[in-house]
Amino acid sequence: MTSESAIANQVESKIVEEHNEEANSKFGFWVFLLSESVIFLSFFAGYIVYKTTSTDWLPAGVEGLDTHDPAINTVVLISSSFVIYVAERFLHDKKLWGFRFFLLATMLMGSYFLYGQAVEWQGLEFGLTSGLYGATFYLLTGFHGLHVMTGVLLQTIMFLRSFIPGNYDKSSFGIIATSLFWHFVDVIWIILYGLIYVWQ
Amino acid sequence: MANIPVEALSGNRAQPYPGAPDNWKRFFSFSTDHKVIGIQYIVTSFVFFLVGGLFAMIIRGELITPEANLVDRTLYNAMFTMHGSVMLFLWSFPVLVGLANYLVPLMIGARDMAFPRLNAAAFWMVPVVGILMMSSFFVPGGPSQSGWWAYPPVSLQNPTGTLINGQVLWLLAVAISGVSSIMGAVNFVSTIFKLRAPGMTFFKMPVFVWTVLAAQIIQLFGLPALTAGAVMLLLDITTGTSFFRPESGGNPVLYQHFFWFYSHPAVYVLALPVFGVFSEILPVYARKPLFGYRVVAVSSLIITGLSAIVWVHHMYASGTPGWMRMLFMFTTMSISVPTGIKIFAWTATIFGGKLRLDTPMLFALAGVVNFVFAGITGIMLGSVPVDIHVNNTYFVVGHFHYVVYGTIVFGIYAAIYHWFPKMTGRMYYEGLGKVHFWLTWIGTTLNFLPMHPVGLMGMPRRVASYDPEFAFWNVLASLGGFLLGLSTLPFILNMVSSWIQGEQASHNPWRAIGLEWLIASPPPVENFEQLPIVVSEPYGYGKDEPLVSNLAELSESPE
Repeated sequence: MTSESAIANQVESKIVEEHNEEANSKFGFWVFLLSESVIFLSFFAGYIVYKTTSTDWLPAGVEGLDTHDPAINTVVLISSSFVIYVAERFLHDKKLWGFRFFLLATMLMGSYFLYGQAVEWQGLEFGLTSGLYGATFYLLTGFHGLHVMTGVLLQTIMFLRSFIPGNYDKSSFGIIATSLFWHFVDVIWIILYGLIYVWQ
Repeated sequence: MANIPVEALSGNRAQPYPGAPDNWKRFFSFSTDHKVIGIQYIVTSFVFFLVGGLFAMIIRGELITPEANLVDRTLYNAMFTMHGSVMLFLWSFPVLVGLANYLVPLMIGARDMAFPRLNAAAFWMVPVVGILMMSSFFVPGGPSQSGWWAYPPVSLQNPTGTLINGQVLWLLAVAISGVSSIMGAVNFVSTIFKLRAPGMTFFKMPVFVWTVLAAQIIQLFGLPALTAGAVMLLLDITTGTSFFRPESGGNPVLYQHFFWFYSHPAVYVLALPVFGVFSEILPVYARKPLFGYRVVAVSSLIITGLSAIVWVHHMYASGTPGWMRMLFMFTTMSISVPTGIKIFAWTATIFGGKLRLDTPMLFALAGVVNFVFAGITGIMLGSVPVDIHVNNTYFVVGHFHYVVYGTIVFGIYAAIYHWFPKMTGRMYYEGLGKVHFWLTWIGTTLNFLPMHPVGLMGMPRRVASYDPEFAFWNVLASLGGFLLGLSTLPFILNMVSSWIQGEQASHNPWRAIGLEWLIASPPPVENFEQLPIVVSEPYGYGKDEPLVSNLAELSESPE
């Protein structure tokens, strides 16, 4: 009977799938990222409401934000997404040194972004308690910065684990997740940059 | 000597990991077995149910006389805040997660959840949440007094001026509970999508699995909004930002949006699995297939979708513009379509059936009846004119207690009785179960029905003293409240004594159809000897068709 053979085929494929924990983990990580993005969406929604309804948006003596240095920062962060992709390809081809080189490059670019952010924060003439403008600015950039920091930390762990012999032979879920997370952090930054720096 | 490795192997099969305890001690270990975790969730949250119930009885004790003469007003505020918070974050959510944890892998024919260690970690956060919440009784100023929804500016007051205060501890507890829920939700969604047994298509899944999926999707898109609001509130309290401080330009209504964007759908996170429980139990005790199985299953996802666009009905009186009120009145009313589908399907399921009125069926039937009543008052509250009139009165309290107690707690009890033989391998005492049911039913009606007339008369909620004209209804409600407290005693007695020395249960005492009933009670670790191959839809009562094609291979000793 055809239906029986169809079921038999399904059984075969299911048994393969049962051992495919990497696919399950990847699915789970996607679900998590979708959920995490809603926190950012909520903050963005809050920002838009505050910006459009607040009567005194800019604190006294504040002209707005300088866009030059943050633009460089943005370019560095966005390009690091391509660099981590190259690292992933190297790992796919089992070329560990290429993987390590490009992963290190990603880590450096991520750290540069954090450094640039810190320098920018230091030079600003408003603080966290300077009205809604200050509060939303530090909340958005700070919460995103925490995610960048987490991303760099994950990359560091992946980098160190590459020195454990055979670590990535069975599953490279760790690096897939790290890379996905990094792309996520990038996409969030693009929206954030548009909302805070471009739309002034 | 050649036998030794074989014995070691079978030893492993019975345990989640080598050397794991196999007696009661496993419930106090970091077990990754979904069945152990499920029971851990259920028992832990039941302890907090008793704690929250104690708070409720203190509230009802205060309200039995019109004067505020039982407890200090500060403590009274703390009581209603902690009653709501404990009942939601430490009882309703975790107990339903526990039931789902136990049942979903069995029902879809999986050996465990997709991420067993994540599962255990998510559970062990619940005691942490409980300890944090309870520890707020011992900080200066006592627990949070701003109600379970923690609206600013009340929640921002911080009269003691200390950094570690009741409100901050409350926010931390809710945040950790949120992390735990997200971990659980990722796990459930991945499990249901990825670990279904061969042949178990979406339209062969039991409705309980559908409703758990629908509920956990809500957690995924809703909880982050609450987290965002909670982070901003925490910053306002601790660092002096002004997100929600009206005096420095902030917008307290925005917090209400964040809060209700999650906390209204959260009601469906609780209600949906209970709808699933009703859909499982009614066919078993009516010996008929679930009427309109596919429509009932899909209506769960429709509820998920609609739940995201109704939250402003909690804010009709928060300066909401007219067009927004109209819009959300319309969306709120439309929720009654998918829920109505379920009600009619359940009614059609039991119509003409051969009803067997065991305790689970009694609780399920009473739960459906209470839900119809809660739905009618829900429609009333969903319409703007009525809501403006009864806003913040006991009518609202009566409505949502009919949902959370009359429907959800009844459904939870029904589920615990129904699956008790499966979980423990023993039968509960039917007589004690019936006593428990009638006490609960009378207590619920006596406690929550009087809240409706007294609310329509205008008694506001969250007050410690009130006009003497409301006294009659409040005395009735208080008596009902104490009766509900009493009703837990036969339940506890029943559960404890029958788990220890109850009659042995067969693998399928209810003659129910479902994958979980095909294997031993309690099921072994990893559940199935061989994964089931599902060949027919669930609820095939009276159809005489096999559910799986490899029945003999599912367990070591099929009955």
